[in-house]
Amino acid sequence: MGVTAGIELKALAKSYGEIRAVRGIDVSVAAGETVALLGPNGAGKSTTIDMLLGLLAPDGGTATVFGHTPTKAVDDGLVAAMLQTGGLIRDLRVRELVTLAGSLYPKPLDVGEVLKLAGIEPIAEQMTQKLSGGQTQRVRFAVALVADPELLVLDEPTAAMDVEGRRDFWATMREFASRGKTVLFATHYLEEADAYADRVVLMAAGRVVADGAPTEIKALVGHRTIRATLHDAPLEALERLDGVTHAERHGESIVLACSDSDAAIRALLAAFPSARDIEIRGAGLEEAFIQLTTAGEDAG
Amino acid sequence: MRSTTYIRYELIRTFRNRRFFIFSFGFPLILYFAIAGPNRNDRSLSGTGISLRLYYMVGLAAFGAMNAMLSTGARISAERTTGWNRQLRITPLSTRTYFRAKVLTGYIVATMALLLLFLAGRILGVHLPGHIWLEMLGLMLVCLVPFAVLGILIGHLVSAESIGPVIGGSIALFAFLGGVWFPITGGGFLSKLAEALPSYWLARASHIAIGGSGVTTHGWIVLGIWTIVVAQLARRAYRRDTKRS
Repeated sequence: MGVTAGIELKALAKSYGEIRAVRGIDVSVAAGETVALLGPNGAGKSTTIDMLLGLLAPDGGTATVFGHTPTKAVDDGLVAAMLQTGGLIRDLRVRELVTLAGSLYPKPLDVGEVLKLAGIEPIAEQMTQKLSGGQTQRVRFAVALVADPELLVLDEPTAAMDVEGRRDFWATMREFASRGKTVLFATHYLEEADAYADRVVLMAAGRVVADGAPTEIKALVGHRTIRATLHDAPLEALERLDGVTHAERHGESIVLACSDSDAAIRALLAAFPSARDIEIRGAGLEEAFIQLTTAGEDAG
Repeated sequence: MRSTTYIRYELIRTFRNRRFFIFSFGFPLILYFAIAGPNRNDRSLSGTGISLRLYYMVGLAAFGAMNAMLSTGARISAERTTGWNRQLRITPLSTRTYFRAKVLTGYIVATMALLLLFLAGRILGVHLPGHIWLEMLGLMLVCLVPFAVLGILIGHLVSAESIGPVIGGSIALFAFLGGVWFPITGGGFLSKLAEALPSYWLARASHIAIGGSGVTTHGWIVLGIWTIVVAQLARRAYRRDTKRS
């Protein structure tokens, strides 16, 4: 990873009574990286984030942010976050709330610019208690954004947003990250981690079960499938091809499960040039997710 | 970082909340007019030589001011319910600025509550020398310091669902045991207990309008101890109060 210290989590652990929410995790995020913390509910994502922000004291291990303790990083205004739970204080207009949030930081962004970025300019004069769920999420994003932090932490940020809202949200997040900022976001939406993170840290049952580029996560369980129309090939011959682990026939078409789809497609075309209507499909993060998290639970 | 912006919006929010107005200002005023209005010509309450309208003015002023100070707790509790306190905790806002904003807001509200009661007294015909009005106001404001910090403490300990009864109950206890509504006399346990409460000294401060002697050294010590102890507890409660709701 990079030379600049970003986030360093070392053997970080936290229990709530008998429940071991986070069981000693090591994660490092370089400054400027966008990392997704992916996992099902109860994986320990929010607990990890609370420790990273200094809201929760770890039972074991350490968290450092840009070489400082979380509390120091927060006090220096280096960090801003959109927490998973939480609404807005009432009796303020949206613009006033964003101004208030900005005033707490050493070098806030221009409020007008932030309202535009977060797509809440049209509701800037509305009272915070009169907003819809999706609007509230956007305002909460603006409250974090106005801080112009070096590290932006987003815990399940798109919950309660509609499809269009999500798209706008991630576009803004990408724009922000492109200014050299570090972004850590927790999500259980696999597509979001896949589409918007440079790297995915997969958590299950309080442990990190995988850590790598979204493509690497998929490669870990490997499996892409090749589909083709091919009627004269015996299944045994197909299964002997390089990179193929299993072959099935569905009428006119064959389906090959692959450990290495690049090798498999070359071998297929060399051996059976008549194969047509070829499709190669990634198993998607969804399948990787199920496999890896189930493995993690077994080990835990 | 401009802490003045935080304090300014804190005040704006407080004064935009209508429910808060009714409870902090309306309630003591309505009580005052209801009790003292029909009896405003009673010039000697139970033969004491103190007019009823004056006696209830000072009593309800003390009550209204305590109420205004503890209402800080209700606002904090509501902020905690929305998770806003966690959001604040991950900003560079210092504990000191946060406390300052809460205390200042409490003070502005309490001062308004006192002035409104005094104005109501004037409307019903209370006459006092100018220096007595000022002395009473000043002394009462100083005696309210423990209540300013108590509001913060309660706000960080009590959930929004139970904050109403807790504040109402605390005020009733402080008022009753501290002799705000009925004078506590004799040297027994009740009067010893009363003298250990800040509300007793707040009532004494208000009683300079009816010939009382104000706050004694013993009183300043009691108020000082309450302030220090409650402030420490409030600081601790604020620091610990970072859990997800």
